[in-house]
Amino acid sequence: MTTTKRRRSNYPLGLLALRTVAAWGVALLLFFPLGWLFLTAFKTELQAIAVPPQLFFIPTLENFHEVQERSDYLLYAKNSVITSVVSTLVGLMLAAPAAYAMAFFKGKYTKDILMWMLSTKMMPAVGALVPIYVLAQKSHLLDTQLALIIVFALSNLPIMVWMLYSHFKDIPREILEAARMDGATLWQEVRLVLLPLGMGGLASTGLLCLVLSWNEAFWSLNLSAAKAGTLATLIASYSSPEGLFWAKLSAASLMAIAPIVVFGWFSQKQLVQGLTFGAVK
Amino acid sequence: MAYLQLRGIEKFFGEHRAIKGIDLTIQQGEFIVFVGPSGCGKSTLLRLIAGLENIDGGTLMLDGRDITDQPSSKRDLAMVFQSYALYPHMSVYENMSFALKLAKVDKQVIDEKVQNAARILNLTQYLQRTPKELSGGQRQRVAIGRAIVRAPKVFLFDEPLSNLDAALRGQTRVEIAKLHRDLGATTIYVTHDQVEAMTLADRVVVLRDGVIEQVGTPLELYDRPANQFVAQFIGTPQMNVVPLPQLPSPVQQQAPAGAEGGAIGLRPENITVRNTGATPVPGQVDLVEALGAETLIYVSTPSGAQFVARQNDRTGLRAGDAVSLDIDASHAHWFDPAGRVVAGAAA
Repeated sequence: MTTTKRRRSNYPLGLLALRTVAAWGVALLLFFPLGWLFLTAFKTELQAIAVPPQLFFIPTLENFHEVQERSDYLLYAKNSVITSVVSTLVGLMLAAPAAYAMAFFKGKYTKDILMWMLSTKMMPAVGALVPIYVLAQKSHLLDTQLALIIVFALSNLPIMVWMLYSHFKDIPREILEAARMDGATLWQEVRLVLLPLGMGGLASTGLLCLVLSWNEAFWSLNLSAAKAGTLATLIASYSSPEGLFWAKLSAASLMAIAPIVVFGWFSQKQLVQGLTFGAVK
Repeated sequence: MAYLQLRGIEKFFGEHRAIKGIDLTIQQGEFIVFVGPSGCGKSTLLRLIAGLENIDGGTLMLDGRDITDQPSSKRDLAMVFQSYALYPHMSVYENMSFALKLAKVDKQVIDEKVQNAARILNLTQYLQRTPKELSGGQRQRVAIGRAIVRAPKVFLFDEPLSNLDAALRGQTRVEIAKLHRDLGATTIYVTHDQVEAMTLADRVVVLRDGVIEQVGTPLELYDRPANQFVAQFIGTPQMNVVPLPQLPSPVQQQAPAGAEGGAIGLRPENITVRNTGATPVPGQVDLVEALGAETLIYVSTPSGAQFVARQNDRTGLRAGDAVSLDIDASHAHWFDPAGRVVAGAAA
């Protein structure tokens, strides 16, 4: 306590004020769309398009009723949960062994393979749309959760391998070697030493991919419809050709993002840790 | 009978031939030290024995069993790493019992062995701590404890003392020597520190560029080095090696046949600094290092040769003083132009 107080008082007051204002400014700027979305969700359609915009009004829950009635919110929510959770688990199961091999049994081309994997993320997704759509159609996977799970898992795979690779790389190789000397088989080495030591990395990688899959819109819009659609497709369905229903759109959006915002709030420490891993040290 | 036998061991890193056909036989209970300058392959050779690197050629036999292609986990060897490599997520007790638990040893037996090892290493009160909460010296002891609870066929040490400060290093060195005396376990110990090599080893293996230069007891290496490299690697300060043409003719004439164009090697204690004119080798003092128990005097001769002399009493000499050198040629080592010994000192 005393140390922070002393440090603050040594800091030039003007600079401190400037920094505080700037920080609040940026934070508000980032928060504004979300805040506006939140307010609009509780307005009537008329209030939502009123000029000048209303800050104070009598909130209504009508939009939420209508969204659930017009389109089955719970179905979409269930699809979102299943596709994002399963695709993350599948992705982790594929990425962890790859990252282990790359981090601890580095070959001549390991760096090149990693770069190549990352480079696939630079290709616009729409470039692969036709082949993937045809593949999904021919294998009768259109509008199924399985199609979304496969596509989510594969499209997140490069990032997962990279994140896990950089986490595993920071585990001293001698610790794994010590386990081998102690008589551990490959599976025991992984289960008893690598996984407990890499748990932080696995958790933050999983969290990030969960968020990415949840928010994914392009593939869910193109590969799913009424049956396997995720919350992203639910939101999109409210921007219809007949015009925008701002209040209902906001209500649907709020319901779509609320779970992931709450989830992100509780796991923000791990998320930040995971994204800045290796960059700080 | 050979306990651990290396026959023509080879290792390549890409095109680079890091280990060039090593033959070595180690007896049960021996304390073997691999020593050499950095990059000589001593750690690689240890890792080949441990199974942490693949052997590219030759065979490795342990207690009558071919283990060349066996994974580390099946070799029954224990290793103490330079970085200790303790499991950070386990307590000291769990670290030390890990191998036994994997081997499915009875819980009670494990407890007995861990407690016993902890007592030997003074770790009893730290068993419930994690490695993070220990000092460097304590971690080192846990790493050793992890090895000894298993009673493996061979202990492997990879520069275990290089992360400790000087005082602790000396102390731990003595403890390792004592431990070996008590347990009588076959040990291979890698170091670049020739003092560790000299004090711990039953036999020292001097390596250079992936080749064994000489194998012998510490004093054999000191008294009868096989070549100029070993001669200069063992002993502090280094053996004086001076090309023959830089020596005064009375000394040159004592050179044995075969040493023509070669060099003479003299330990610092075999050179005595006398008053100027007392011997036919004149010189000038460059530097005096008074270490208390001994004094090192650096002298250069008009012919360009440089010598270090060691004496056990103190001196009034100063840099720039003219002296003459008394060279004990009966203790000299003579090297041919390729650096091989022509005739060793009569030790």
